This record gives sequence, C-alpha cells and structure tokens, in this order.
Amino acid sequence: MITEKDVDHVAILARLALTGKEKEMFTKQLNDVLEHFQSLKRLNTEKVQPTAYVLPLRNIYREDQVGDHISLEDALANCPDRDENYFRVPKIV
Amino acid sequence: MTQYETVIGLEVHVELKTRSKIFCHSTTAFGGDPNTHVCLVCLGLPGALPVINKSVVEYAIRAALALNFQIAGFNKFDRKNYFYPDMSKNCQITQNDLPLAEHGYLNIELNGDTKKIGITRLHMEEDTGKLVHQGSITTTPFSLVDYNRAGVPLIEIVSEPDLRSPEEAYEYLNKLKAVILYTGVSDCKMEEGSLRCDANVSVRPAGSTEFGTKTEIKNMNSFKALQKALAYEVERQIEVLEEGGRIVQETRTWDEEKGITLAMRSKEHAHDYRYMPEPDLAPLVIDREWVEEIKRSLPELPDDRKERYVRDYGLPAYDAMVLTNTKELADYFEACVADYSNPKAVSNWIMGDLSRLLKANGTETTNCPIRPEQLTAMLRLLEKGTISGKIAKVVFEEMFASGKDAEVIVKEKGLVQISDEGAITSIVEEVIAKNPKSVEDFRAGKSRALGFLVGQVMKATKGKANPELVNKLLKERL
Amino acid sequence: MHLYQLTAHELHELLINKELSAEELNNYIFDRIEAVDDQIRSYITLTKESALERARVVDKQIQAGAKIAPLAGIPVAIKDNICTKGVRTTASSKMLSNFIPPYSATVVEKLEAAGVTIAGKTNLDEFAMGSSTENSAFFTTKNPWDTERVPGGSSGGSAAAVCAGAAVCALGSDTGGSIRQPASFCGVVGLKPTYGLVSRYGLIALASSLDHIGPFTRDVTDCALILEAISGNDPKDSTSASYKTPDFFASLINDVRGLKIGVPEEYMAAGIAPEVRLAIEQAMSLFESLGAVVEYTTLPHTEYAVVTYQIIGSAEASSSLARYDGVRYGFRAPDAEDVMDMFMKTRGQGFGPEVKRRIMLGTYVLSAECYDDYYLKALKARTLIKQDFDRAFEKYDVLLSPTSPTPAFRFGEKAVDPFHMYLSDICTASSNLAGIPGISLPCGFVDRMPVGLQLMGRYFDEGTLLRAAYTFEQNTGYHQEFPEI
Repeated sequence: MITEKDVDHVAILARLALTGKEKEMFTKQLNDVLEHFQSLKRLNTEKVQPTAYVLPLRNIYREDQVGDHISLEDALANCPDRDENYFRVPKIV
Repeated sequence: MTQYETVIGLEVHVELKTRSKIFCHSTTAFGGDPNTHVCLVCLGLPGALPVINKSVVEYAIRAALALNFQIAGFNKFDRKNYFYPDMSKNCQITQNDLPLAEHGYLNIELNGDTKKIGITRLHMEEDTGKLVHQGSITTTPFSLVDYNRAGVPLIEIVSEPDLRSPEEAYEYLNKLKAVILYTGVSDCKMEEGSLRCDANVSVRPAGSTEFGTKTEIKNMNSFKALQKALAYEVERQIEVLEEGGRIVQETRTWDEEKGITLAMRSKEHAHDYRYMPEPDLAPLVIDREWVEEIKRSLPELPDDRKERYVRDYGLPAYDAMVLTNTKELADYFEACVADYSNPKAVSNWIMGDLSRLLKANGTETTNCPIRPEQLTAMLRLLEKGTISGKIAKVVFEEMFASGKDAEVIVKEKGLVQISDEGAITSIVEEVIAKNPKSVEDFRAGKSRALGFLVGQVMKATKGKANPELVNKLLKERL
Repeated sequence: MHLYQLTAHELHELLINKELSAEELNNYIFDRIEAVDDQIRSYITLTKESALERARVVDKQIQAGAKIAPLAGIPVAIKDNICTKGVRTTASSKMLSNFIPPYSATVVEKLEAAGVTIAGKTNLDEFAMGSSTENSAFFTTKNPWDTERVPGGSSGGSAAAVCAGAAVCALGSDTGGSIRQPASFCGVVGLKPTYGLVSRYGLIALASSLDHIGPFTRDVTDCALILEAISGNDPKDSTSASYKTPDFFASLINDVRGLKIGVPEEYMAAGIAPEVRLAIEQAMSLFESLGAVVEYTTLPHTEYAVVTYQIIGSAEASSSLARYDGVRYGFRAPDAEDVMDMFMKTRGQGFGPEVKRRIMLGTYVLSAECYDDYYLKALKARTLIKQDFDRAFEKYDVLLSPTSPTPAFRFGEKAVDPFHMYLSDICTASSNLAGIPGISLPCGFVDRMPVGLQLMGRYFDEGTLLRAAYTFEQNTGYHQEFPEI
C-alpha cells in the first residue's frame, strides 16, 4: 500500500510537481495498478535469469573517429533560454 | 585522549584520450567554444541513440591491466538516473553491477616501506557537461550549460578503504597517475579535469575493526588540495568525536580558499539512482585473445622498471623510484645509459640539474632541449677532465638554454679546464705571496684557510683550474 | 472505387503508365485530407509543399523514362514521434509542441530514398502511451468507421489516416501493440517487425527494449513494400541486427499448404468478445481449408504479459523521458525559483496525466526498495514469456490470435481505470517482450466495426507472416472494405 507520502517522494525523484488533486488521484491509481502487479508474486522465478536484451547481439562497436558536429545554431535552435553560446538555466542552489 | 586510525578510500575519475566521445562521434578535444563539440547524441536529443566507441573499451582494459585488475568477460552498461542540468539525458550511462574490471591493486611506497593498496573496481562511463556561473554559484541568478565535455569517456577507479593517512592517499593517487600515464590512455591533468578525485574518509579508535561513519569529500582540484582536505577532514572528525558528537554521513566540499570542508547543501531528499540495464546498448563480450593482445602491448610499468634499475644499474631504490615515476623521464634515463655506462652519474644529473631546470622552465621531459646524447657527451668531457664539475653546471645551464652541444659551449666560452701544472703553479705561488695571513693560519692548523686559498686560485683562473691539481700544488708549497 | 482507396502498388501502376502524375496523386491526397480530416483529425502537421516538390521530382523521372522505385511518389504519413528534419515533431506532447528536429530518423531517410512523399505527421497518445489516442495533448483522433469510437492507439493517427484514405501508407511505432491494435480497430494492415530489423534511430523512445517501428498499409503487398524499404542494419542503432534483409515481396505467395499454425488458447480465453472469437475461429477454418494445419496450443505465461510489460515499459519510460527537463529543447515552465523548481514545474506542466502516471510507476518500480520485487521479477517473467514462444515455434510456423479482445471501443469507455486500458494490450504485449514479429490484418466485422487477426512468427521470419497474411487476404477480401466517410 503506498501512501501520499510515498507519492511525494517518487514525484521528487521523478521531478514532477503534482497538484493536490493529482497526488490524491495517483495514490489511488498507483495502488490499483500495484494490486494487479501482485499477480507476479505467484510466479516462481527462482531459477530464471532476467532478460534485458531479447536479441543475442554482442559487441556492437563504432570506430574511434570524429564525425560532424551539429552547428551551434542547430544545437541551440530549440533551446527555451539561451545566453550567447550557452543553454541558460535558473540558479542551481 | 583516544588514539584514532584514519580510513580513506579514493574514487578517481580519469578521462580517456580517445579521439571521439564514448557514445558518439563528437571530438573529445579540450576547450573549444561552448557547445561546439556536440552532436545529437551527446546533447540527448529525442530519438538519438548511443553506440560504444571500441577504443574506449580498449583503453579501459589497458588501464585495468596496468592496475593489476581482472577483466570481466561479460560487460553491459546501465543507466544511472538523476537530474542535473549538465547531464543531457538526466541519466548517465555507466556500469553498475558488472564493472569491466575487479580486484586490482597498486603498491605504494612511503618512508621506504611498500604497501599494497586494493582497488575494488574499474568501470567505463560518460562524463557530464559543465556549468558556468557568472560570479558566485550562490549569488548568480543563472547558470550556463556547456555540453562540450558531455560524453567524454571516463574510467572510474574505486579503491578499497585501505589508505590509512592523507600521505598514503597522496602517494596512491600519485602512483595511480604514474601508472596510467605509462599506459598512455589519459594525460591525467587535474587542472583540465582529466584526473579527478573524491575521497571517502572516516576515523575509528585505533584497534577497532569496524568502520566509522564516513563522509565523502569532493572538489579537491590538486594533489596538494587532496592532502590538505583529507588532513582537515580527519582532524575535524576526531574533534567531533572527542566532543562527544556523531559523524553525519554526508557529502562535503573542499573550500580551497578557507582551507576547510563544508557540508554540501542539497535539496535532493535521498539519492536513489534507480539503475537499470541500458536498453540502447548491446552487451559486450570481451574476448580473452583481445585482452592478451592488449597486455602484450603494455609498456614496462613503473614497479618492474624500478626493480630493473636497482638490479641492472645498481641504482639506489630512491633514484630508481624517482626516475621511473614518469615514463618519459625513465625513457630519457635509459637513452642516456645506453650511451654512457655510469648510471649513477646519469641519475644524479637527471634527478638534480635536469629536473630542476625542467621544473623551473615548466618544460615537459619530452620537450627537453638537451637530448640524451648531449647529456652523455657532456659527462664524457667531465670524465676526461676537459671541464670541471663546477664548469659543467654552467655548461649544462647553457645547453638547456641554447640547445647547443657541450663541446661547442666549452670552446666558445673558453671553459676548458687548466690542467697544465706549470700554468697553475705560477698562479699558486702568486696567491701564496698575496695572502700571508691565510698561509700563516693554515700552518697554524686552521684547515679552513686552505679552502680560501683554493678559492683564490679558482677565482684567478675563472674557475677553469683543475681543482684536484690546485689542492695538490698548494699543499706541496705550504 | 475512389483513387484514395487504391494501394501503393496499384497507384504505382497508374504512375508508370502515366495515367496519373505523382503531383496529381499528392494533390488528390491533400484534397482528401482537407475533406475528411476535420472529422478524423489524424494529422498534427501537414507537409504539403515539400510533398508536392518531391512528387514533381518523381514526375520528372517518369517523364525522362527512368524506372521509378515501387514507392516513388506515394504519400506516406509519419507518426509524430518519429523525427523529421526541419518538421515539427511533437510526440503529441505539450513538452515538445515546438520541437523541430535537426535530423531525420533512419526510417524517414530510407523512405525518402525510396522516393515516397511525406504527407505529414500523425497524432498519437502522448509519447505513445495509450491504446486510444485519447492521451494526445492536442486532440483526439476518431475512428473512420464510427467517429464515436477510438481509432486505437497509440498510433491512432497513422491507422485512421490510412483507413480514411488520408495517406496511402503510414509509419507507426509499437511498444505493446501500438501498431497492431489501431490497425485492428481501423481495419487496415499493421506490422510490428522483429526487434532489431528496423532501426529505431530517430524514434522518440518510450521504452527502448520494447519499441519497434512498422508500417500501416491497406493490404499485405504494400506492407511488404514498406517493410522492404525501412528494414536493414543501421550502425547508428546498437540494437539493430546485422540481418540480411530478405526480399519480402517474394514472400507474397497465395499458398499456406502444410503451414503449421498454432492458436494459443490463452489468447482466446476470458475477456475476448464472442463476436471476435467467432471471427478468429472462421479465420482458423479458412486456413485449414487452404491446407494449413491449425491446432490449439499454449503460451502458459500469457497471464503475466500485461503486468510484465507495464513494469518494464514504465521503468524504461521513466528513464527515457528524464531528458525532457526544459533545458535543451521543448517546453519550460516560467517563474522557477531555481533549477530544481524549474525541473519540477516543467515536467509537472509539460506532461499529461498518463505520462506522469507511467513515470511515477516506473520510478517507483525501479526504486531501491521495489527493484527486486517488481523490476527484476518482471525481467525474469520476460524470460519465461520468451521461452513460451521459443517452445511454441519449435512446433508451429505461425501463431494466430485476435489482435485485440474487442473491436474499437467508445471514447471515454476505458479512460476511467488505467489498468482497464492497459488490458487492451493483452494479445499484443507478449510479442514486444519477446521481440518476435506480429502482423494484424482485417478478418471480419462486428456491427460494421473491423476485427483484427494477429499472426505472430519466429525471429526475422516476417516472410512466413507475410505469406500467411497474403494468403488470408487473397481468400477473403476484407481489405477492400472501406468506411463511408
């Protein structure tokens, strides 16, 4: 059972500002969904290896070569707040 | 008062000097205008995907082998999830539970004793960008982000908590740097950030086997800062405990100006990096053959080289250590001894005058204006008695400044040693005649007076007289 | 028969016989879009000018007597989570509502190299999270068969556009069924290829280990043509297979004699609408009558597929979507006190409810205290689900099932309870977890709403899937039914 406090904690980890209403809603919905997730507990996975990659692909390398950079204008074209050649953000602390 | 034991572990990040970044083809070149060494991948654009640079893996294996690590056969990458504006994807590609290498070690020397320091792990990861502040970080209303360094390849090397003093930590870092420089995978410049070091520090009552609560110290930008910060932190922790307080597990930053460590203010409630396998990168299976090939290509490393210098050249351990501290200096030494068979004389000149001049002029060994065969040619002039030891020092400085051969300088400046007995005898007699007081003193048993008289002869010959001959002739006539 | 009802290969004949110019065709499709898209709302952005320009190039080639590629001049729609250079790519999110990529996805480059014209960018559930396209931050897309109903999702815009004749073909993406389910709801052909067959470079990631790009077309032949054009190894995608692309066109054989078809009973069990079951049983009978061997079989871990998919998918999404923070591109919330505040507000305001829900869920299942019980457990369940398929494919060439347990539902019908909506993926999520290919094609109607038949195949055996699908299509004719719109 997760509480609104848990939701608060997760929201901070995920950097999501939630309204009071959203917190309430997510607390309920996440509990509902997690309840469905309990079904996995029935599954015996004691001797099962996890699968993170479905294909047996290995050693996909690129050679150490410098390629084209994107232009400064392209790099900054979609930037919400720029300062000359930099991306600008509000103060850190 | 309780006796305390210090426990330190270091986490070192080393930038690898591959041409391109770890997961994209942007250049790793230092500097450049902000945000010009970037591409879709290292800027974290939607839809862009990473592809691992093969040389990064090779360089990392190279470093790991030089640090006596065992290389894992199966490698995968993971995402470390945390938010920071210098991290273009807000998740760092790193290796979590299956690092490239484990169980390494380094031998360090302190006060003549050798100590083995365990190294837990070495793994590959990507570097972050850089934040630039106009003014102080605490007062500026904005930060500026430059992603030129984002995606530069790093290896993180985590030591065991085997270090027992700030001095040991310093020696460990110094040795680590030396070994990595030997492998050629990084230039390890702390001032450019290609070598960075964080420390975990704790203290415990001497004899205790349990670890005390540790703090993590960041922002130590030089070897000196590392030692000062650790010394400060150890003292601070002991003080807290002595006053009946408790150490708080926290991250502290070294304030170079004030000379203190400060707890970092953080709004992050608790770190939870939520590691997960990086689904955009296929795993790597490191071929044993490849590892062997890299091992074969490694140069002789400092410890082996040092041992060989003691064994084959009969050098004192201290000389051997200093000479092998950098590959360049050791290579220089060997080029000299290949040409001149008095290793100790070579060692003295390299460790003495040459190192002093290199340091004073900020010159790298590789750019040394005196070539090894020029140094040995000078040593031969000295050996033959063409120049005196004193003159040699003058010649050497001139060689360093002009790059000219010793013989040329000696000729140009007329610095050939006077070993002609007749010529010296007349000057000796002149000096004896002019300094009756000193002669009297000497005869009265004041041996210091002889030095004065020798000095007078040398002065009169502008230092060119053969000092042994001067001594001999003076004594005969007194 | 209207021009907008023709397939790419039929239009190709008209083009090379000079009965129609590529420019006329493109103008015609844009007229059709103008006529129907007010009702359907499949497009977010139209790229008429560049499409016509490219069409004129094709016309010049035809005039010059050059042999043109099979897809040359054919208007194709692109799901708006696939990057198109210089053309706004939004993922149907406020977060990217003004994002103009400086590059094109590999699939877009490949299609352009094949000569297609790009008609525009189609609507989807925000960041491809959903099964109805109701989660678009901009507007909902309607099912051309009944505008009271959803087109399915998340690639609802692409499915609806192809269905309504607003594009000849389209690209979609499929993470848990997002191509096949809307194809089924709109009565068109949709294929999710084997993982690694088609490059993901330039696809805005939802969950990288589950994401696939694939075609929407009006018949199986077009499906083969598009697949042929977009598949192949891409050095920019490390998960792209070095698999020699077979000639998919050569697989279009009207013959299933001796083909072994397994029908997983779990896919025909509870929750399947009786009419859907009936349509699938008829399809089974048809295959049998055409000489295939059709048997019931079992994929015993199917009941865990949706939960496993939700855990892995949301975990990966929580990480993939971390980059949307208002620093480099996209939306940034105003009036932030500091960077932390800016991150929180930007993401709180820039993402819609379903995206936030899945990010929350994904963050939670990856957190230290839940990792083993949820995330790791799901990775292990994924192994078991994959093994089910490996075993089944030892015996069968193709697995057959419904694509969705029901035909298209009404707006709002499933929006109440998130997990209810998640269950829409029940027949499709398993193949994303395993990475095997799946195709959906129309196999009947329930109250004038299409029903989709899903065929799943072995890794990289799209050829057999296409052959079975082609045979079914040639012996039924459901692909020639069109909505009255």
